[in-house]
Amino acid sequence: MSIDYESKISKAVQQVPPSAIRKFFDLANEMQGHVISLSIGEPDFVTPWSIREAAISSIVDGYTHYSPNSGYIDARVAIVDYIKRRYGVSYDPKTEILITVGGSEGLDLAARSLINPGDEVVIVEPCFVAYKATVQFAHGVPVVVETKPENNYKLMPEELEAAITDKTKYVIVGYPNNPTGAVMTLEDWAKIKDVLMKHPEVIVISDELYCELNYLDGKPASLTQFAELRDRIIMVNGFSKSYAMTGFRVGYLAGPHELVAQMFKIHQYCIMCAPSTSQYAVIEAAMNADNEIAKMRDEYNHRRRVIVKGLKDAGLDCFTPYGAFYAFPCIKSTGLSSEEFCERFLLEKHVAIVPGNAFGKCGEGFVRISYAASLDDIKEAMKLLKEFVEELKKG
Amino acid sequence: MIDDIELLRVIENNARLSAEEIAVMLGTTSEEVEKEIKRLKDDGIVLGYSTIINWEKIAPDNCIGMIEVRIAPIKNKGYDHIAQILSKYEKVTACYLMSGGFDLMIIYEDSNLRNIANFVTEKIATQEGVLSTTTHFILKKYKANGIIYDNPNSDDRQAIIL
Repeated sequence: MSIDYESKISKAVQQVPPSAIRKFFDLANEMQGHVISLSIGEPDFVTPWSIREAAISSIVDGYTHYSPNSGYIDARVAIVDYIKRRYGVSYDPKTEILITVGGSEGLDLAARSLINPGDEVVIVEPCFVAYKATVQFAHGVPVVVETKPENNYKLMPEELEAAITDKTKYVIVGYPNNPTGAVMTLEDWAKIKDVLMKHPEVIVISDELYCELNYLDGKPASLTQFAELRDRIIMVNGFSKSYAMTGFRVGYLAGPHELVAQMFKIHQYCIMCAPSTSQYAVIEAAMNADNEIAKMRDEYNHRRRVIVKGLKDAGLDCFTPYGAFYAFPCIKSTGLSSEEFCERFLLEKHVAIVPGNAFGKCGEGFVRISYAASLDDIKEAMKLLKEFVEELKKG
Repeated sequence: MIDDIELLRVIENNARLSAEEIAVMLGTTSEEVEKEIKRLKDDGIVLGYSTIINWEKIAPDNCIGMIEVRIAPIKNKGYDHIAQILSKYEKVTACYLMSGGFDLMIIYEDSNLRNIANFVTEKIATQEGVLSTTTHFILKKYKANGIIYDNPNSDDRQAIIL
Protein backbone atom coordinates (compact mmCIF):
# COMPACT_ATOMS: atom_id res chain seq x y z
CA MET A 1 0.00 0.00 0.00
CA SER A 2 1.44 3.33 -0.94
CA ILE A 3 1.50 6.20 1.51
CA ASP A 4 -0.28 9.43 0.64
CA TYR A 5 2.69 11.61 1.54
CA GLU A 6 0.88 14.81 0.68
CA SER A 7 -1.56 14.24 3.51
CA LYS A 8 1.35 13.65 5.87
CA ILE A 9 3.27 16.85 5.18
CA SER A 10 2.28 20.04 6.96
CA LYS A 11 0.40 22.51 4.76
CA ALA A 12 2.78 25.25 5.86
CA VAL A 13 5.70 23.31 4.43
CA GLN A 14 3.84 22.19 1.31
CA GLN A 15 2.93 25.73 0.32
CA VAL A 16 6.61 26.67 0.00
CA PRO A 17 7.62 25.56 -3.49
CA PRO A 18 10.99 23.94 -4.10
CA SER A 19 13.44 26.55 -5.29
CA ALA A 20 12.90 27.41 -8.93
CA ILE A 21 16.60 27.89 -9.53
CA ARG A 22 17.70 24.54 -8.14
CA LYS A 23 17.52 23.15 -11.67
CA PHE A 24 19.75 25.96 -12.88
CA PHE A 25 22.40 25.27 -10.24
CA ASP A 26 22.33 21.56 -11.05
CA LEU A 27 22.97 22.45 -14.68
CA ALA A 28 25.91 24.68 -13.69
CA ASN A 29 27.39 21.88 -11.58
CA GLU A 30 27.10 19.38 -14.44
CA MET A 31 28.76 21.63 -17.04
CA GLN A 32 31.99 20.26 -18.40
CA GLY A 33 35.08 22.44 -18.59
CA HIS A 34 35.78 25.76 -16.95
CA VAL A 35 32.77 27.74 -15.79
CA ILE A 36 33.23 31.23 -14.37
CA SER A 37 30.85 31.49 -11.46
CA LEU A 38 29.47 34.88 -10.55
CA SER A 39 26.49 33.15 -9.01
CA ILE A 40 27.61 32.48 -5.49
CA GLY A 41 26.37 34.50 -2.55
CA GLU A 42 29.42 34.07 -0.41
CA PRO A 43 32.84 35.72 -0.19
CA ASP A 44 35.67 34.24 -2.26
CA PHE A 45 38.16 35.31 0.40
CA VAL A 46 39.39 32.72 2.84
CA THR A 47 38.54 33.56 6.45
CA PRO A 48 41.33 35.79 7.83
CA TRP A 49 44.04 33.59 9.34
CA SER A 50 43.90 35.02 12.86
CA ILE A 51 40.23 34.00 13.03
CA ARG A 52 40.90 30.50 11.71
CA GLU A 53 43.81 30.21 14.13
CA ALA A 54 41.58 31.16 17.07
CA ALA A 55 39.18 28.39 16.09
CA ILE A 56 41.98 25.84 15.70
CA SER A 57 43.50 26.79 19.05
CA SER A 58 40.19 26.30 20.80
CA ILE A 59 40.05 22.75 19.47
CA VAL A 60 43.68 22.07 20.38
CA ASP A 61 42.94 23.32 23.90
CA GLY A 62 39.98 20.98 24.17
CA TYR A 63 37.22 23.61 24.24
CA THR A 64 34.87 21.36 22.35
CA HIS A 65 31.83 21.20 24.60
CA TYR A 66 28.43 22.86 24.67
CA SER A 67 28.54 26.55 25.41
CA PRO A 68 25.83 28.30 27.42
CA ASN A 69 22.64 28.38 25.32
CA SER A 70 23.05 32.08 24.49
CA GLY A 71 26.72 31.59 23.65
CA TYR A 72 29.92 32.08 25.62
CA ILE A 73 29.77 35.30 27.59
CA ASP A 74 33.17 36.33 26.15
CA ALA A 75 31.76 36.03 22.64
CA ARG A 76 28.63 38.00 23.58
CA VAL A 77 30.78 40.71 25.18
CA ALA A 78 32.91 40.84 22.01
CA ILE A 79 29.75 41.20 19.91
CA VAL A 80 28.37 43.97 22.14
CA ASP A 81 31.71 45.74 21.88
CA TYR A 82 31.62 45.43 18.10
CA ILE A 83 28.06 46.80 17.86
CA LYS A 84 28.94 49.71 20.11
CA ARG A 85 32.06 50.47 18.09
CA ARG A 86 30.45 50.22 14.64
CA TYR A 87 26.82 51.24 15.26
CA GLY A 88 27.14 53.33 18.39
CA VAL A 89 24.35 51.32 20.02
CA SER A 90 24.57 49.56 23.41
CA TYR A 91 23.22 46.12 24.33
CA ASP A 92 23.49 44.09 27.51
CA PRO A 93 25.59 41.00 26.75
CA LYS A 94 23.83 39.04 29.49
CA THR A 95 20.24 39.50 28.37
CA GLU A 96 20.08 41.08 24.93
CA ILE A 97 22.37 38.95 22.75
CA LEU A 98 21.74 35.44 21.49
CA ILE A 99 24.42 33.73 19.41
CA THR A 100 22.77 31.77 16.60
CA VAL A 101 23.71 29.34 13.87
CA GLY A 102 24.23 31.96 11.18
CA GLY A 103 21.91 34.86 10.49
CA SER A 104 19.42 32.39 9.04
CA GLU A 105 18.59 30.91 12.42
CA GLY A 106 17.84 34.43 13.60
CA LEU A 107 15.26 34.85 10.84
CA ASP A 108 13.65 31.55 11.78
CA LEU A 109 13.61 32.37 15.50
CA ALA A 110 11.98 35.71 14.76
CA ALA A 111 9.27 34.07 12.68
CA ARG A 112 8.49 31.26 15.10
CA SER A 113 8.55 33.40 18.22
CA LEU A 114 6.44 36.26 16.84
CA ILE A 115 3.89 34.84 14.41
CA ASN A 116 0.45 33.54 15.26
CA PRO A 117 -1.29 31.81 12.33
CA GLY A 118 -2.58 34.45 9.93
CA ASP A 119 -0.33 37.27 11.15
CA GLU A 120 1.06 39.35 8.34
CA VAL A 121 4.73 40.03 7.82
CA VAL A 122 5.91 42.75 5.48
CA ILE A 123 8.72 41.57 3.22
CA VAL A 124 10.66 43.92 0.99
CA GLU A 125 11.45 42.24 -2.34
CA PRO A 126 13.65 41.46 -4.17
CA CYS A 127 15.28 39.88 -1.16
CA PHE A 128 17.13 36.98 0.38
CA VAL A 129 15.15 33.82 -0.34
CA ALA A 130 14.68 32.82 3.31
CA TYR A 131 12.53 35.78 4.39
CA LYS A 132 9.34 34.55 2.80
CA ALA A 133 9.92 30.86 3.50
CA THR A 134 10.56 31.34 7.23
CA VAL A 135 7.33 33.33 7.54
CA GLN A 136 5.36 30.68 5.67
CA PHE A 137 6.82 27.82 7.70
CA ALA A 138 5.63 29.69 10.81
CA HIS A 139 2.06 30.00 9.40
CA GLY A 140 2.43 33.69 8.72
CA VAL A 141 1.21 35.56 5.67
CA PRO A 142 3.92 37.37 3.71
CA VAL A 143 2.89 40.79 2.41
CA VAL A 144 5.29 41.83 -0.30
CA VAL A 145 6.52 45.35 -0.94
CA GLU A 146 8.23 45.57 -4.32
CA THR A 147 11.09 48.04 -4.47
CA LYS A 148 11.94 49.62 -7.78
CA PRO A 149 15.07 50.31 -9.78
CA GLU A 150 13.99 53.92 -10.31
CA ASN A 151 14.15 54.36 -6.53
CA ASN A 152 17.53 52.62 -6.46
CA TYR A 153 15.74 49.68 -4.82
CA LYS A 154 15.35 51.62 -1.61
CA LEU A 155 12.30 51.00 0.54
CA MET A 156 10.08 54.07 0.16
CA PRO A 157 8.10 55.24 3.20
CA GLU A 158 4.79 55.37 1.33
CA GLU A 159 5.29 51.79 0.11
CA LEU A 160 5.81 50.58 3.65
CA GLU A 161 2.86 52.61 4.92
CA ALA A 162 0.59 51.02 2.31
CA ALA A 163 1.65 47.49 3.28
CA ILE A 164 1.02 47.80 7.02
CA THR A 165 -2.41 46.65 8.24
CA ASP A 166 -3.81 45.89 11.67
CA LYS A 167 -2.65 42.31 11.13
CA THR A 168 0.99 43.25 10.58
CA LYS A 169 3.19 41.56 13.17
CA TYR A 170 6.56 42.60 11.86
CA VAL A 171 8.55 43.99 8.98
CA ILE A 172 11.82 42.46 7.69
CA VAL A 173 14.32 44.78 6.07
CA GLY A 174 17.67 43.73 4.66
CA TYR A 175 20.11 46.42 3.55
CA PRO A 176 22.71 46.47 2.04
CA ASN A 177 20.52 44.28 -0.06
CA ASN A 178 20.90 40.83 -1.52
CA PRO A 179 20.32 40.62 -4.53
CA THR A 180 20.25 44.26 -5.68
CA GLY A 181 23.25 45.76 -3.87
CA ALA A 182 21.05 48.67 -2.78
CA VAL A 183 21.86 50.54 0.42
CA MET A 184 19.76 52.77 2.66
CA THR A 185 21.44 55.79 4.26
CA LEU A 186 20.55 57.03 7.73
CA GLU A 187 18.44 59.76 6.09
CA ASP A 188 16.53 57.10 4.15
CA TRP A 189 16.01 55.11 7.33
CA ALA A 190 14.79 58.20 9.18
CA LYS A 191 11.80 58.36 6.80
CA ILE A 192 11.07 54.68 7.41
CA LYS A 193 11.38 55.26 11.13
CA ASP A 194 8.72 57.99 10.88
CA VAL A 195 6.31 55.48 9.34
CA LEU A 196 7.10 52.93 12.03
CA MET A 197 6.50 55.51 14.76
CA LYS A 198 2.92 55.75 13.50
CA HIS A 199 2.56 51.99 14.02
CA PRO A 200 4.00 51.35 17.46
CA GLU A 201 2.70 47.78 17.54
CA VAL A 202 4.84 46.66 14.57
CA ILE A 203 8.07 44.81 15.34
CA VAL A 204 11.10 45.28 13.08
CA ILE A 205 13.59 42.60 12.06
CA SER A 206 16.68 44.19 10.57
CA ASP A 207 18.91 41.79 8.63
CA GLU A 208 22.38 43.34 8.87
CA LEU A 209 24.46 40.55 7.39
CA TYR A 210 25.97 42.82 4.74
CA CYS A 211 26.25 45.86 7.03
CA GLU A 212 30.02 46.16 6.66
CA LEU A 213 29.87 45.97 2.88
CA ASN A 214 28.67 49.52 2.39
CA TYR A 215 30.72 51.43 -0.18
CA LEU A 216 29.16 54.83 0.41
CA ASP A 217 31.17 55.51 3.53
CA GLY A 218 32.13 52.05 4.80
CA LYS A 219 29.93 52.35 7.88
CA PRO A 220 26.77 50.51 8.85
CA ALA A 221 23.56 52.56 8.56
CA SER A 222 20.63 50.90 10.24
CA LEU A 223 17.21 51.33 11.83
CA THR A 224 18.76 49.97 15.03
CA GLN A 225 20.53 53.31 15.39
CA PHE A 226 17.25 55.08 16.18
CA ALA A 227 16.74 54.95 19.93
CA GLU A 228 12.96 55.39 19.45
CA LEU A 229 12.77 51.91 17.93
CA ARG A 230 14.99 50.18 20.43
CA ASP A 231 12.23 48.39 22.33
CA ARG A 232 10.87 46.66 19.21
CA ILE A 233 13.73 46.05 16.85
CA ILE A 234 15.75 42.86 16.51
CA MET A 235 19.08 43.08 14.75
CA VAL A 236 19.87 39.86 12.91
CA ASN A 237 23.56 39.85 12.20
CA GLY A 238 26.47 37.54 11.70
CA PHE A 239 29.97 37.03 10.46
CA SER A 240 29.41 35.11 7.23
CA LYS A 241 29.56 37.91 4.69
CA SER A 242 31.67 40.67 6.21
CA TYR A 243 34.26 38.34 7.72
CA ALA A 244 34.17 35.60 5.06
CA MET A 245 33.07 33.07 7.68
CA THR A 246 30.14 31.38 5.95
CA GLY A 247 31.14 27.84 6.88
CA PHE A 248 31.45 28.68 10.57
CA ARG A 249 27.67 29.05 10.71
CA VAL A 250 27.59 31.69 13.38
CA GLY A 251 25.55 34.83 13.80
CA TYR A 252 23.57 36.61 16.48
CA LEU A 253 20.43 38.42 17.48
CA ALA A 254 20.49 41.67 19.41
CA GLY A 255 17.35 43.20 20.81
CA PRO A 256 15.24 43.92 23.87
CA HIS A 257 15.34 41.22 26.52
CA GLU A 258 11.57 40.65 26.35
CA LEU A 259 11.85 39.49 22.72
CA VAL A 260 15.26 37.81 22.89
CA ALA A 261 14.15 35.74 25.91
CA GLN A 262 11.34 34.16 23.86
CA MET A 263 13.61 33.46 20.91
CA PHE A 264 16.05 31.97 23.38
CA LYS A 265 13.49 29.29 24.28
CA ILE A 266 13.25 28.00 20.72
CA HIS A 267 17.02 28.15 20.28
CA GLN A 268 17.55 26.34 23.58
CA TYR A 269 15.34 23.41 22.68
CA CYS A 270 16.08 23.11 18.97
CA ILE A 271 19.74 24.06 18.63
CA MET A 272 21.17 24.02 22.18
CA CYS A 273 23.97 26.40 21.23
CA ALA A 274 25.98 27.61 18.27
CA PRO A 275 29.16 25.59 17.59
CA SER A 276 31.75 26.29 20.29
CA THR A 277 34.63 26.40 17.79
CA SER A 278 32.85 29.07 15.79
CA GLN A 279 32.21 31.11 18.90
CA TYR A 280 35.94 31.20 19.66
CA ALA A 281 36.45 32.41 16.11
CA VAL A 282 33.84 35.11 16.77
CA ILE A 283 35.75 36.48 19.76
CA GLU A 284 38.77 37.07 17.52
CA ALA A 285 36.69 38.37 14.62
CA ALA A 286 34.66 40.84 16.63
CA MET A 287 37.62 42.12 18.64
CA ASN A 288 40.57 42.13 16.25
CA ALA A 289 39.56 41.93 12.60
CA ASP A 290 38.39 45.46 11.71
CA ASN A 291 41.43 45.94 9.46
CA GLU A 292 40.86 42.64 7.72
CA ILE A 293 37.26 43.49 6.83
CA ALA A 294 38.28 46.96 5.68
CA LYS A 295 40.77 45.36 3.25
CA MET A 296 38.11 43.02 1.87
CA ARG A 297 35.66 45.92 1.58
CA ASP A 298 38.20 47.92 -0.46
CA GLU A 299 38.75 45.02 -2.79
CA TYR A 300 35.03 44.41 -3.28
CA ASN A 301 34.66 48.10 -4.01
CA HIS A 302 37.27 47.93 -6.79
CA ARG A 303 35.53 44.94 -8.32
CA ARG A 304 32.15 46.67 -7.98
CA ARG A 305 33.32 49.52 -10.16
CA VAL A 306 34.71 47.08 -12.73
CA ILE A 307 31.36 45.24 -12.82
CA VAL A 308 29.32 48.42 -13.16
CA LYS A 309 31.50 49.56 -16.06
CA GLY A 310 31.34 46.07 -17.62
CA LEU A 311 27.54 46.09 -17.50
CA LYS A 312 27.40 49.52 -19.11
CA ASP A 313 29.83 48.41 -21.83
CA ALA A 314 27.63 45.37 -22.45
CA GLY A 315 24.69 47.72 -22.98
CA LEU A 316 22.66 46.58 -19.96
CA ASP A 317 20.85 49.03 -17.69
CA CYS A 318 21.97 48.77 -14.12
CA PHE A 319 21.42 51.10 -11.23
CA THR A 320 24.68 51.63 -9.34
CA PRO A 321 24.87 49.29 -6.37
CA TYR A 322 26.59 50.63 -3.27
CA GLY A 323 26.48 47.61 -1.00
CA ALA A 324 26.85 43.86 -0.50
CA PHE A 325 28.66 42.18 -3.42
CA TYR A 326 25.97 42.07 -6.07
CA ALA A 327 24.87 43.97 -9.13
CA PHE A 328 21.34 43.53 -10.45
CA PRO A 329 21.20 44.58 -14.10
CA CYS A 330 18.05 44.65 -16.20
CA ILE A 331 18.06 42.21 -19.13
CA LYS A 332 14.62 43.08 -20.54
CA SER A 333 16.22 44.72 -23.61
CA THR A 334 17.42 41.28 -24.75
CA GLY A 335 13.86 39.95 -24.99
CA LEU A 336 14.68 36.95 -22.82
CA SER A 337 13.25 36.01 -19.45
CA SER A 338 15.66 35.97 -16.52
CA GLU A 339 15.87 32.19 -16.54
CA GLU A 340 16.34 31.95 -20.30
CA PHE A 341 19.06 34.58 -20.16
CA CYS A 342 20.96 32.82 -17.38
CA GLU A 343 20.59 29.37 -18.92
CA ARG A 344 21.78 30.48 -22.34
CA PHE A 345 24.62 32.57 -20.89
CA LEU A 346 25.75 29.51 -18.98
CA LEU A 347 25.48 27.11 -21.92
CA GLU A 348 26.88 29.45 -24.57
CA LYS A 349 29.51 31.40 -22.63
CA HIS A 350 30.14 29.22 -19.57
CA VAL A 351 29.40 31.95 -17.06
CA ALA A 352 26.99 31.27 -14.18
CA ILE A 353 24.80 34.05 -12.79
CA VAL A 354 21.41 33.90 -11.05
CA PRO A 355 17.97 34.76 -12.47
CA GLY A 356 16.45 37.72 -10.63
CA ASN A 357 13.05 36.05 -10.18
CA ALA A 358 14.66 33.75 -7.59
CA PHE A 359 14.45 36.73 -5.21
CA GLY A 360 10.83 37.67 -5.76
CA LYS A 361 8.43 38.16 -8.66
CA CYS A 362 9.62 41.71 -9.24
CA GLY A 363 13.09 40.33 -9.94
CA GLU A 364 11.86 39.03 -13.30
CA GLY A 365 13.72 40.79 -16.09
CA PHE A 366 16.84 41.12 -13.94
CA VAL A 367 19.82 38.95 -13.08
CA ARG A 368 22.03 38.85 -10.02
CA ILE A 369 25.75 39.03 -10.65
CA SER A 370 28.03 38.43 -7.69
CA TYR A 371 31.43 40.09 -7.57
CA ALA A 372 32.67 37.79 -4.86
CA ALA A 373 35.10 36.46 -7.48
CA SER A 374 38.60 37.28 -8.66
CA LEU A 375 39.16 40.43 -10.70
CA ASP A 376 40.43 38.32 -13.62
CA ASP A 377 37.26 36.20 -13.61
CA ILE A 378 35.10 39.31 -13.41
CA LYS A 379 36.87 40.94 -16.36
CA GLU A 380 36.63 37.79 -18.46
CA ALA A 381 32.95 37.37 -17.56
CA MET A 382 32.18 40.98 -18.51
CA LYS A 383 33.88 40.48 -21.88
CA LEU A 384 31.77 37.37 -22.47
CA LEU A 385 28.63 39.17 -21.32
CA LYS A 386 29.22 41.91 -23.88
CA GLU A 387 29.67 39.31 -26.63
CA PHE A 388 26.56 37.46 -25.50
CA VAL A 389 24.34 40.54 -25.38
CA GLU A 390 25.58 41.70 -28.79
CA GLU A 391 24.84 38.27 -30.27
CA LEU A 392 21.34 38.34 -28.77
CA LYS A 393 20.63 41.78 -30.15
CA LYS A 394 21.80 40.76 -33.62
CA GLY A 395 19.36 37.88 -33.33
CA MET B 1 40.80 62.92 -5.90
CA ILE B 2 42.75 59.67 -5.67
CA ASP B 3 43.55 58.18 -2.30
CA ASP B 4 47.33 57.54 -2.58
CA ILE B 5 47.30 54.65 -0.15
CA GLU B 6 44.47 52.96 -2.04
CA LEU B 7 46.28 53.44 -5.35
CA LEU B 8 49.53 52.11 -3.91
CA ARG B 9 47.78 49.05 -2.49
CA VAL B 10 46.27 48.30 -5.90
CA ILE B 11 49.59 48.52 -7.78
CA GLU B 12 51.49 46.78 -5.02
CA ASN B 13 49.12 43.87 -5.45
CA ASN B 14 49.24 43.83 -9.24
CA ALA B 15 51.73 45.98 -11.14
CA ARG B 16 50.41 44.85 -14.53
CA LEU B 17 47.11 46.73 -14.41
CA SER B 18 46.82 49.46 -17.00
CA ALA B 19 46.02 53.04 -16.03
CA GLU B 20 42.56 52.50 -17.57
CA GLU B 21 41.93 49.43 -15.43
CA ILE B 22 43.11 51.17 -12.28
CA ALA B 23 40.95 54.18 -13.11
CA VAL B 24 37.83 51.99 -13.27
CA MET B 25 38.68 50.29 -9.98
CA LEU B 26 39.22 53.59 -8.19
CA GLY B 27 36.38 55.46 -9.86
CA THR B 28 38.55 58.06 -11.58
CA THR B 29 40.10 58.80 -14.99
CA SER B 30 43.19 57.20 -16.52
CA GLU B 31 44.79 60.65 -16.89
CA GLU B 32 44.39 61.19 -13.17
CA VAL B 33 45.94 57.77 -12.44
CA GLU B 34 48.90 58.40 -14.74
CA LYS B 35 49.49 61.82 -13.20
CA GLU B 36 49.37 60.40 -9.70
CA ILE B 37 51.70 57.48 -10.46
CA LYS B 38 54.18 59.87 -12.06
CA ARG B 39 54.08 62.03 -8.95
CA LEU B 40 54.60 58.99 -6.71
CA LYS B 41 57.60 58.02 -8.84
CA ASP B 42 59.01 61.55 -8.76
CA ASP B 43 58.64 61.63 -5.00
CA GLY B 44 60.58 58.38 -4.69
CA ILE B 45 57.57 56.53 -3.29
CA VAL B 46 57.10 54.17 -6.23
CA LEU B 47 60.62 52.86 -6.86
CA GLY B 48 60.06 50.23 -9.53
CA TYR B 49 58.07 47.22 -10.62
CA SER B 50 59.16 43.61 -10.45
CA THR B 51 57.79 40.14 -11.01
CA ILE B 52 57.62 37.56 -8.26
CA ILE B 53 59.17 34.37 -9.61
CA ASN B 54 59.42 30.98 -8.00
CA TRP B 55 63.03 30.38 -9.06
CA GLU B 56 63.09 27.06 -7.27
CA LYS B 57 61.01 25.69 -10.11
CA ILE B 58 63.16 26.89 -12.98
CA ALA B 59 66.65 27.16 -11.49
CA PRO B 60 66.82 24.75 -8.57
CA ASP B 61 70.54 25.44 -7.93
CA ASN B 62 69.85 29.11 -7.33
CA CYS B 63 70.97 30.10 -3.85
CA ILE B 64 70.05 32.83 -1.45
CA GLY B 65 72.42 33.71 1.35
CA MET B 66 71.50 35.85 4.33
CA ILE B 67 74.74 37.29 5.58
CA GLU B 68 75.04 38.85 9.00
CA VAL B 69 77.88 41.36 9.13
CA ARG B 70 79.42 42.86 12.25
CA ILE B 71 81.10 46.19 11.67
CA ALA B 72 83.25 48.70 13.51
CA PRO B 73 81.63 51.91 12.30
CA ILE B 74 83.91 54.31 10.52
CA LYS B 75 84.33 57.74 12.04
CA ASN B 76 81.96 60.39 10.60
CA LYS B 77 80.49 57.82 8.20
CA GLY B 78 78.85 55.41 10.63
CA TYR B 79 77.52 52.26 9.00
CA ASP B 80 76.36 53.97 5.83
CA HIS B 81 79.67 53.84 4.03
CA ILE B 82 80.03 50.04 4.03
CA ALA B 83 76.31 49.53 3.51
CA GLN B 84 76.37 51.71 0.41
CA ILE B 85 79.41 49.91 -1.02
CA LEU B 86 77.88 46.48 -0.51
CA SER B 87 74.46 47.57 -1.81
CA LYS B 88 76.01 48.45 -5.16
CA TYR B 89 76.61 44.77 -6.01
CA GLU B 90 73.82 43.72 -8.33
CA LYS B 91 73.34 40.34 -6.69
CA VAL B 92 72.80 41.95 -3.31
CA THR B 93 69.00 42.09 -3.35
CA ALA B 94 68.62 43.69 0.06
CA CYS B 95 70.76 45.37 2.68
CA TYR B 96 69.45 46.39 6.10
CA LEU B 97 70.94 48.00 9.20
CA MET B 98 69.80 45.85 12.11
CA SER B 99 69.37 46.05 15.86
CA GLY B 100 70.75 43.18 17.95
CA GLY B 101 73.89 41.07 17.76
CA PHE B 102 75.08 42.18 14.31
CA ASP B 103 74.88 45.31 12.21
CA LEU B 104 74.10 44.66 8.55
CA MET B 105 71.89 41.99 7.03
CA ILE B 106 72.85 41.36 3.41
CA ILE B 107 70.67 39.24 1.17
CA TYR B 108 72.60 37.87 -1.74
CA GLU B 109 71.30 35.74 -4.60
CA ASP B 110 73.44 33.79 -7.02
CA SER B 111 73.35 30.74 -9.23
CA ASN B 112 75.32 28.56 -6.85
CA LEU B 113 76.63 28.27 -3.33
CA ARG B 114 80.29 28.69 -4.28
CA ASN B 115 79.64 32.15 -5.71
CA ILE B 116 78.04 33.28 -2.48
CA ALA B 117 80.98 31.95 -0.46
CA ASN B 118 83.35 33.84 -2.73
CA PHE B 119 81.37 37.04 -2.34
CA VAL B 120 81.52 36.76 1.44
CA THR B 121 85.24 36.01 1.64
CA GLU B 122 86.41 38.31 -1.12
CA LYS B 123 84.04 41.26 -1.08
CA ILE B 124 82.60 41.53 2.40
CA ALA B 125 85.26 40.17 4.74
CA THR B 126 87.95 42.28 3.11
CA GLN B 127 86.15 45.59 3.66
CA GLU B 128 87.80 47.85 6.16
CA GLY B 129 85.78 47.86 9.37
CA VAL B 130 84.17 44.46 8.89
CA LEU B 131 84.76 42.44 12.05
CA SER B 132 83.04 39.17 11.19
CA THR B 133 80.38 37.54 9.03
CA THR B 134 77.89 34.71 9.52
CA THR B 135 76.22 33.28 6.44
CA HIS B 136 72.88 31.47 6.40
CA PHE B 137 71.48 29.76 3.34
CA ILE B 138 67.78 29.57 2.59
CA LEU B 139 66.75 25.92 2.29
CA LYS B 140 63.14 26.35 1.23
CA LYS B 141 60.78 29.26 0.70
CA TYR B 142 57.36 28.99 2.30
CA LYS B 143 56.37 32.61 1.88
CA ALA B 144 58.09 35.59 0.29
CA ASN B 145 56.89 39.02 -0.85
CA GLY B 146 53.60 38.32 0.91
CA ILE B 147 52.91 35.27 -1.24
CA ILE B 148 52.59 31.75 0.12
CA TYR B 149 54.43 29.30 -2.16
CA ASP B 150 52.51 26.20 -3.28
CA ASN B 151 49.35 27.53 -1.73
CA PRO B 152 46.80 24.72 -1.84
CA ASN B 153 43.77 27.00 -1.35
CA SER B 154 41.26 26.56 -4.13
CA ASP B 155 37.70 27.71 -4.50
CA ASP B 156 35.65 25.17 -2.58
CA ARG B 157 32.39 27.13 -2.65
CA GLN B 158 29.30 25.19 -3.60
CA ALA B 159 26.39 26.38 -5.67
CA ILE B 160 23.79 26.90 -2.98
CA ILE B 161 20.85 29.21 -3.04
CA LEU B 162 21.21 32.33 -0.97
